[in-house]
Amino acid sequence: MLGLTKKDFSLLMLVVALTMLAPFILNPFPEGSAMAQFNAGYPDLMQRFVIFGIFAIGFNILFGLTGYLSFGHAAFLGVGSYAAIWMMKLLTTNIIPAMVLAVIIAGLFSLIVGYISLRRSGIYFSILTLAFAQMSFAMAYSVLTPLTGGETGLQLRNTDARILESAPDGGGISRANLFGLEMTSSYELTLGAWEFTFNVGYYIAAIVMLLAFYLSIRIFRSPFGMMLRAIKSNNTRMNYTGLNAKPYTLAAFVISGMYAGLAGGLMVAMDTQVGPERMFWTASGEVVLMTILGGAGTLIGPVLGAGMIKYMENIISKINETILHQWFAFMPDGIEDLMVTMVYPFIGKGWHLTLGLIFMGVVIFLPGGLVEGGQRIARLFGKGKAADAKDTQSTPAE
Amino acid sequence: MSNSRFTRRGLLKTSAIAGAGLAAPTIFTAGSAAAHTNEPTGDTVTLGFNVPQSGPYADEGGDQLRAYKLAVEHLNGEGDGGMLNTFTSKALQGNGIMGKKVQYVTGDTQTKSDAARASAKSMIEKDGAVMVTGGSSSGVAVAVQALCQEAGIIFMSGLTHSNDTTGKDRKANGFRHFFNSYMSGAALAPVLANAYGTDRKAYHLTADYNWGYTTEEAVRTSTEAMGWETVETVLTPLTATDFSAYIAPVLQSGADVLVLNHYGGNMVNSLTNAVQFGLRDLEVNGKKFEIVVPLYSELMARGAGENVKGIFGSQNWDWKLENQLGARYTGTNAFVQSFGEKYGFPPSQAAHTGYVQALLYADAVERAGSFNPCAVGEALKDFEFDGMGNGPTLYRGADHQCFKDVVVVKGKEDPENEFDLVEIVEVTPVDQVMYAPDHPQMGGAEATLGSCNAGA
Repeated sequence: MLGLTKKDFSLLMLVVALTMLAPFILNPFPEGSAMAQFNAGYPDLMQRFVIFGIFAIGFNILFGLTGYLSFGHAAFLGVGSYAAIWMMKLLTTNIIPAMVLAVIIAGLFSLIVGYISLRRSGIYFSILTLAFAQMSFAMAYSVLTPLTGGETGLQLRNTDARILESAPDGGGISRANLFGLEMTSSYELTLGAWEFTFNVGYYIAAIVMLLAFYLSIRIFRSPFGMMLRAIKSNNTRMNYTGLNAKPYTLAAFVISGMYAGLAGGLMVAMDTQVGPERMFWTASGEVVLMTILGGAGTLIGPVLGAGMIKYMENIISKINETILHQWFAFMPDGIEDLMVTMVYPFIGKGWHLTLGLIFMGVVIFLPGGLVEGGQRIARLFGKGKAADAKDTQSTPAE
Repeated sequence: MSNSRFTRRGLLKTSAIAGAGLAAPTIFTAGSAAAHTNEPTGDTVTLGFNVPQSGPYADEGGDQLRAYKLAVEHLNGEGDGGMLNTFTSKALQGNGIMGKKVQYVTGDTQTKSDAARASAKSMIEKDGAVMVTGGSSSGVAVAVQALCQEAGIIFMSGLTHSNDTTGKDRKANGFRHFFNSYMSGAALAPVLANAYGTDRKAYHLTADYNWGYTTEEAVRTSTEAMGWETVETVLTPLTATDFSAYIAPVLQSGADVLVLNHYGGNMVNSLTNAVQFGLRDLEVNGKKFEIVVPLYSELMARGAGENVKGIFGSQNWDWKLENQLGARYTGTNAFVQSFGEKYGFPPSQAAHTGYVQALLYADAVERAGSFNPCAVGEALKDFEFDGMGNGPTLYRGADHQCFKDVVVVKGKEDPENEFDLVEIVEVTPVDQVMYAPDHPQMGGAEATLGSCNAGA
């Protein structure tokens, strides 16, 4: 089906089902209940899940297949974002031209960075890409202020003069749209105590992610993908057989840069604002974490990792002391305070700590990431099901 | 893939189910007729406190959060009422806002625009916050202000000093109580002229980002108007931790005043370097060499320690204001007392501006009789009030900026404790820091608020 094997097709269908039903899956707790804190089914976070999913899928094409660890991928995300916002400021608030330009500009930029950085491999490559990313960040923050808006970044204004459309009446600001369909419009469905939000922006981003995911499956299964794996498993032997590996790695680098640009463009489409922090080195590190957490070299791993990290960042970080006291309110006072003191370092601003512990746990006990965890669980439920589970996961490359 | 077989019965069944499915949403959907985004319908109202809990301004953010919690207590009629007793508007009854109990959600901006927007969005989309407030840097304030404008809720900015927030990036749904670069420059210039004379040569070191640019411009223009000469202005990278390479050329430049347009860690480091280079013991052009830091904060003063002694700067507010300068700044002591009783130390200016913003918002809602952002904006527009610790204050309608006296401070020579590091030199009256809404430093004639957005 669609040029995929049965296994890959069912994996794709699984991802389709997950993304399309996400508003239900992510809002399992009724509104107003104590557990509603853990609901993640609001538009912004759902959009972030799929956008960072795209970013991580692209990163995985480079890191998972060729083993080249780029520490500067956020630069392409940022460049794509700036390209997209300029398109929206100057041409039209329709998101299509913005996203196309984001991909093109990020592709060109990654060609330059890749051409230079790929002269080295291993740690030197990582450091070179990191240097490029930090350079881009520093320039966007200060030197290029006229172009990037500096610290305060760029956003749409009511004074923007667009070539293809006129400013809205009454001093309002035009919003990002797809042929008039606004990204921010949502439909709310209330079923009893449950509330589900269906957001236009999310579904557009989700469809883009599905396309990106499909393309990544095709790349993984193509001869080109095989060549990239060969580079990872033994580059020296590749050279001895007379094959020049560099065009392949450069192609992989540019493709993953374009994925990052696409993610950057989508971020602008969903939330019309860009700031230079998007290119900071911690953002580059984050995508590495996502990929490793989910399972480098697997198809679905990076998406899971991205979801996990964004969930922690947005949900765990918002739990504060008052909420903890509500949770443990049923306990006697002394024990309640003790519990709150014990849990407090791990929530709110301590979400980094929780994430760090989970990351350590995954790296130590599940080197294949969350995907390996899934496989192990599946294996526990008997052989027949284990075969099924293998269908839905591609084998980690390492 | 599968062989489907259409039968009449099957078709009927499917369409019945599909019909029910389509009808269901209209049956269950409720409250879609809200007048504006997140209109509070129950007996509570949710406010969003979006402050940096990690990152370089975590200290300021923590202090802000304490103040917000205190404000919620006072709004709900708990505690001693703080500034509610001194505030000139008596619309607030201590029974929440319009009878609705105030609840709050918190978020971590991480001092990054993206994280701040994500956190604000989750407050708006998930928690139903009707107002978002907080933030300790201008980049974040501008980003979140634009977001609230789009979403149709009110943004009461926290600690943001760049001109842009109510200058070129001003928004109809955003309001700033804190002062700005222009006011710092205008307030400092006369005091500096008094202290150091009008015949001075200034050398500027400026942090290489928006806030640095606007602050440098403001200080330069105001001091030049006093007769000072600007010898040179040099941009320093934001990430710099060692400024000796930038300090050395100052010695050869013939300048006799160094202006450090730095904030936070930057300022602590550059000031320390400057003092280590012996600049303060220098005599140039027959005058004693001086250093000026346009924006001061207690937390920075603590970081720079000994080095801040005798150095001039400006502040939005100081906890000693009422004690030293009398009843014009009434409200200060009421706030300091209730903050001190709850937390055991005096509040910073970040805490003060947050507390005041929360109260001003609540009061505006009460006076407007509605949570609708357009009505609230109308109530805040050109609102004159007093008793919030800054003396008589005007919330100007043209750019949503508060106008009030600016406090000029200097590092204390022998501080009694770690909360008493700065002494108040003078208060520059509000008339001297006024400017036209279309002032060139504020984005000129092009800057507009746009129209208010009530969302939904």
